[in-house]
Amino acid sequence: MNWRPEVDVAFVSLAALTIGGGIAAISLRNLIHCALCFATCLLGIAGIFLWLGAQFVGFAQILVYVGAISILVVFAILLTRGAGNENGQRWFGSPLVSATIAVLLAGVLLASLVASNHAKATAAQYSASAPVAAIGQKLMTSHVLALEIIALMLTAALLGAVTLAMPERKR
Amino acid sequence: MGQGFFHDLDQLPIYAKHWIVDLLPTDFRPLASVLLGIVAILAVFPGLFAITTILERKGLGRIQNRYGPNRVGPFGLLQPAADGLKTIFKENIVPEGTDKIVYVLAPVLLIVSTFLLYSVLPIGRNIVALDLDAGILFFFAVGTSTELAVFMAGWSSRNKYSMLGAMRAIAQMISYELPLVLSTLVVIMMAGTLSLVKIVEQQATFHNGIAHWNLFTPWGLAGFVLFLIAATAESNRSPFDLPEGESEIIAGYYLEYSGFKFALFFLGEYLGLFAVSGMAITLFLGGWSAPFDFLWFIPSYAWFFIKLLALICFFIWIRGTLPRLRMDQLMSFAWKFMLPMCLVNFVVAIVWRFMPAGIGRILVCFTLIAIPYVALARAMAGKREFRKRTYELAT
Amino acid sequence: MDALTACLTISAILFAIGLAGALLRRNAIIVLISIELMLNAGNLNFLAFWRFGPHPEALSGVMVVLFSIAIAGAEAAVGLALIVNVYRHFKSTDLTVLDSLKG
Repeated sequence: MNWRPEVDVAFVSLAALTIGGGIAAISLRNLIHCALCFATCLLGIAGIFLWLGAQFVGFAQILVYVGAISILVVFAILLTRGAGNENGQRWFGSPLVSATIAVLLAGVLLASLVASNHAKATAAQYSASAPVAAIGQKLMTSHVLALEIIALMLTAALLGAVTLAMPERKR
Repeated sequence: MGQGFFHDLDQLPIYAKHWIVDLLPTDFRPLASVLLGIVAILAVFPGLFAITTILERKGLGRIQNRYGPNRVGPFGLLQPAADGLKTIFKENIVPEGTDKIVYVLAPVLLIVSTFLLYSVLPIGRNIVALDLDAGILFFFAVGTSTELAVFMAGWSSRNKYSMLGAMRAIAQMISYELPLVLSTLVVIMMAGTLSLVKIVEQQATFHNGIAHWNLFTPWGLAGFVLFLIAATAESNRSPFDLPEGESEIIAGYYLEYSGFKFALFFLGEYLGLFAVSGMAITLFLGGWSAPFDFLWFIPSYAWFFIKLLALICFFIWIRGTLPRLRMDQLMSFAWKFMLPMCLVNFVVAIVWRFMPAGIGRILVCFTLIAIPYVALARAMAGKREFRKRTYELAT
Repeated sequence: MDALTACLTISAILFAIGLAGALLRRNAIIVLISIELMLNAGNLNFLAFWRFGPHPEALSGVMVVLFSIAIAGAEAAVGLALIVNVYRHFKSTDLTVLDSLKG
């Protein structure tokens, strides 16, 4: 089965959504628009995850990133308003140098992709699946240490974020 | 009128779908199958919405000792038609300072994500639009997108009251997201799968003539109650409707919307309510299965809608009865009462799983739920005394 | 172009976009958004290689991405709490103003 990207409408539209959302997220003037375009970009990435066949990870991406992190970002923007950022300069330092660095990085990565000899995906490999039961098995057997460490880390992050964001008590 | 007839009646929507799809050439059949599912969802649930509006207004009216609307048709039953016509013809006022793109997109996002919620609910035996391996996760993932739509509506209106309403609504929705998901996790743990179709199939088996609904277990009953309370809060319905409290901040985040966009918000709110009710039915009330063995002849989709109507009546009843919670009461209820109860529910489910069947485990599990419940309730009540209510001015 | 190359191309472009945002913008929150974009590009890379590489039944790519999403959530929460706290002290989230630690 020869997959051609031009005819796969789903993939092309998801890729356009992702990259368009990403460019908009870093370049718009209004901060809330940036945050909303960021959410769109994340939705596009979740769509690509689902296109790749990883159901659990795709929905987890929507739940965590679009449902929680985007809202966190929006709340943070609202809580730090009045800083005059919307009327001031957008760019930091010398934008030309930074943009050149980013473009060079993209160039290096893409050149390495084009020049690489990685085994081209064959039709037989178009049947990978990640059933939730298998993910659960792996989490509880071979990745259980990572699971426990993540649990500890999330608890620490929760306590840390609450402590940081609490209003200071007057002594 | 044997078993065959009732089986055919049960699978009638599936036969109708196959018949329509077979009329088309082979290339269009998968697309037609998907489209038929979408059309069915788009036709049935807004119809249910229309019925619910009149049911709610008349029900609330009767609870409040008055007639509901009774002018439009016989007993006011044509009121939804009148409401629909009014909405279409109402003037669409868009304030000048609003952010036009976000303003228009907010109700669209709300409606789209709310309709997506119905695609994983099993409405009847073999009747489900999407049989996903991670169905519950899809439901909750799409449900959180609704919060983003609420924020977009409140922020784009450039109105302090709208913004305030939106922030309150999001804080409330995020706080109650946790008890909502945790109460379903107990069901997932006991069923061993995230797929809604399999969860309903596990509850459709009969034992001594009574079905294996999750409601008939202690952890299922506690989980059902917790899920219903969290669902009421997620849908911003009374007693958790401070974000849209009519007497406090007028209409909250959809204040600046009028005409059709407001109708879309209204529709979205009720559709969200139906979706979480459908999820409660699927997880705890056995989905499309009958409660008793001798009622097998009623079709599965009829059972689903009977249960859905029962839950809707319950929500209307609660709306007419309980007073509104204040914001801080609301948040402390979520974090200090519901979250510990959900965690206690986990322990109870584990005890239920590992004890031998019989009256012993029922008693032990009920005690294990009742003690933390009473302790938490007393701790949250503080030092208030509860006396019999007296009305000084009522004669 | 096969599917693996297409996914890796998108991941590379997204990473470069994230890097550009982190280097170019003045607001601390947009820098945090850009860092999240870079993380997502990495996740996409892992999943692409899981899907189109040998032994997809070992699920190693899926596991890494799952843990990466959890870590990113925690990091965003702590980072945003830090930014809100810094705003309370300096009344600004502009990176040109927040330069007290500069040598």
